[in-house]
This record gives sequence, structure tokens and C-alpha cells, in this order.
Amino acid sequence: MTKVSMTVNGRPVALELEDRTLLADALRDALGLTGTHVGCDTSQCGCCTVHLDGRPVKSCTMLAAQADGRAVVTIEGLAGSEGPTGGDALHPVQQAFTECHALQCGFCTPGMIMAAAGLLAENPAPTEDEIVHALEGNLCRCTGYVNIVSAVKRAAGLMRG
Amino acid sequence: MPLAGGMTLVPALKLRLARPSHVVDIARLPELQGIEAGGGRVTVGAATTHAEVARSEAVRRAIPALAALAEGIGDPQVRNRGTLGGSVANNDPVADYPAAVLALDAAIETNRRTIPAAEFFVGMFATALAPGEIVLRVAFAVPHRAAYRKFAHPASGYAMAGVFVAEHRDGPRVAVTGAGPAVFRWREAEAALSSAFRAEALAGLEPDASGLNADIHASAEYRANLAGVMARRAAAAIE
Repeated sequence: MTKVSMTVNGRPVALELEDRTLLADALRDALGLTGTHVGCDTSQCGCCTVHLDGRPVKSCTMLAAQADGRAVVTIEGLAGSEGPTGGDALHPVQQAFTECHALQCGFCTPGMIMAAAGLLAENPAPTEDEIVHALEGNLCRCTGYVNIVSAVKRAAGLMRG
Repeated sequence: MPLAGGMTLVPALKLRLARPSHVVDIARLPELQGIEAGGGRVTVGAATTHAEVARSEAVRRAIPALAALAEGIGDPQVRNRGTLGGSVANNDPVADYPAAVLALDAAIETNRRTIPAAEFFVGMFATALAPGEIVLRVAFAVPHRAAYRKFAHPASGYAMAGVFVAEHRDGPRVAVTGAGPAVFRWREAEAALSSAFRAEALAGLEPDASGLNADIHASAEYRANLAGVMARRAAAAIE
């Protein structure tokens, strides 16, 4: 067993996990944060994207032990963190995904939102090409990419205010 | 077994392709961090992620082609975890970094010695590293000019052929990845660019297809042709 201490959505957690536990499984099974989806389990689809020290990573391709001492933010921790009103307000990327209908089945959505939020934290005014490049690690099998790209553009506008 | 970013090792563990008794996370060792430029070299710590190389002002100033190569590896999430040291130590035949290491005449510093690029990559997934030997940092020679172009497989994103062209004081170096069992220098293209550093000097040239990779994605002849095209595109970008 391995002891892993990290911050998850601003809250310190200490877990005792089987050594081989993946970060995605620690979040879902040990912490009940099932908003982080496991789609392909082979690093392709990006559904499991979370932020590690502020940057998007695929949590199915990391051992939980590799996150020891680090700050993890999942889709559950995004609301209220950047919104103009704070509290329970949706993050601007979540709000834009709702307004632009940037989802069909919704399975890829948490990963798409975490990847998009990661992009906008680094590049507040991305071009369409930059958005597409930034979402290269996220697959939508409903092929809803057009609305997803529109939502990221809208979110960028909302965040610039 | 040492673990850095884990972009190759963690999937290999999941598939039971690797079954080490122990995994040791080396990604935060201080000896493996940092980027320094000076004395005609850019030295990158082995635990530096692809995203950090792509963002580095020092790398972008000294060797923009290296920053661009790093920005084109995998996807953003992979670039935030995958490391330079992991990529060169793994020596995947379709990896991008080995082409830069060869074309930029890099020196690979380990916990035991310094290995010149020419002696480092010895075959498919094989390097000169001994068991227990760990890459600490890679020192790239700053070229006069350089460019990298790859034809990425449309689904996997891996290079079906990637060519790094660099012009150094002592002449051009051309390294090809993705096409063969391991990265290699393409001497014929180097000779052609020595006489004139222009894309048209490479017209009609392609590496010998015998010995190149053939699989369901492409024949050896197709990869040879792609390598020629990528070399010309790289040369055209900097001529």
C-alpha cells in the first residue's frame, strides 16, 4: 500500500492506496469524484483530464502516487473557482458549454472542459487553430466539435469580461 | 524501474508489457531539472516536460526548431507530463526527440558518463544506457538554423516520417525518425545540402527503402518517399 497526500479541489486529502492505483481511480473510487470519466483507458480520449498544479493531464495515465504533494482540480472543483460571482457559479467554460450546446451525450464533456480551461488559463484569447490544437487530446465520439470550439471561443469572451 | 512522466511506462504497466518489481519516480529529482543556454549549447534537464521545452524562452531564442518539435509531440496533456529524458531513453522509433538529438549533435549526460548522440541510439527501443543508468540532461548544439517536419499518422499522431534538418558550423545534419527501426542520419541528404542549403538540392532524393519500417499504415517505399518530402519541407522552411 502507498500513502498519497494531495490537495483535491482545494481540500487536503490523505489516502492509503494499492501501489498500482491510477489517479483516475483514486479520484473516482476513493474520493467519489465520478465527474472524471474513464473513456478509453489508453491515453487517447482525454475524458479523464484533470488539472495537476494547474495544467491539464490525463489522470488514467498517472499513478496516484505521482500526484503526491500536488494540487489536483477535477470538474467538480471548477465551478466557483473563476466565475465572476464565485460560490457555486459555473466556471465560464461550463457556462459557455451550456449556452453553445457543446455536448451531445456528455461523456467527453468533463475532459473537454478541463482541457479548455487549461488552454484559457495560459492563452486568454486563442485563435480557432489554437483551440483545435489544444483539444487534440480529447475525443468526442458524437463529433460535436463545431459547438465545442464555439463554446471555447465564447468562454474566452466571458472570461475577458 | 525509473518512472519520469510515465507517458510510455504507465500504459506499458497497464498492459503488463512491463512488469517491474519496483517503480521509482525520478521526475522531481533536482539534478534532472532546468534549462540552461550558453557556450553554443542548450542544456535541458531530463525531467523537463515537452510543454516546458515548448514554452522556454531560452529554447525558443536559441533553437526555435526544438521548441516547435516539443510543441508538436502528442497532445497538451501528454506534453504536460512526458519528459525529454523519458523520450530519449525509450528510443521509440516513432518518437520526435531522437531526431533533434542526432541532428543537433547532442551529448547525453547520465549519472555515469557523457554519451555522444552518435553512440546513444543503437536500435529499436534500444540505447547505449546500461541497467541502472539514468539520463540527467541533454546538451544540444545550437545550429545556425534548423527545422523539423513530420508527417503524423492521422489517428495516433506519431511520426510516420519526421526529418530534422540543421545547419552547423561544420556542415548540415539530417536525422530521420519514424521511418526506420530507429532514428538515423541521412548522409546523402547532408551531402546534397552541403553543396547548396536549399530544398531543391534534395529534389528526387529519398532514403533507401530497404530496412525501413513496413506495417499496415505504410510500406517502406511510402515511408522513404515521405522522408524525402519532409526533408524538403524542413529545408524550405529555413533556406
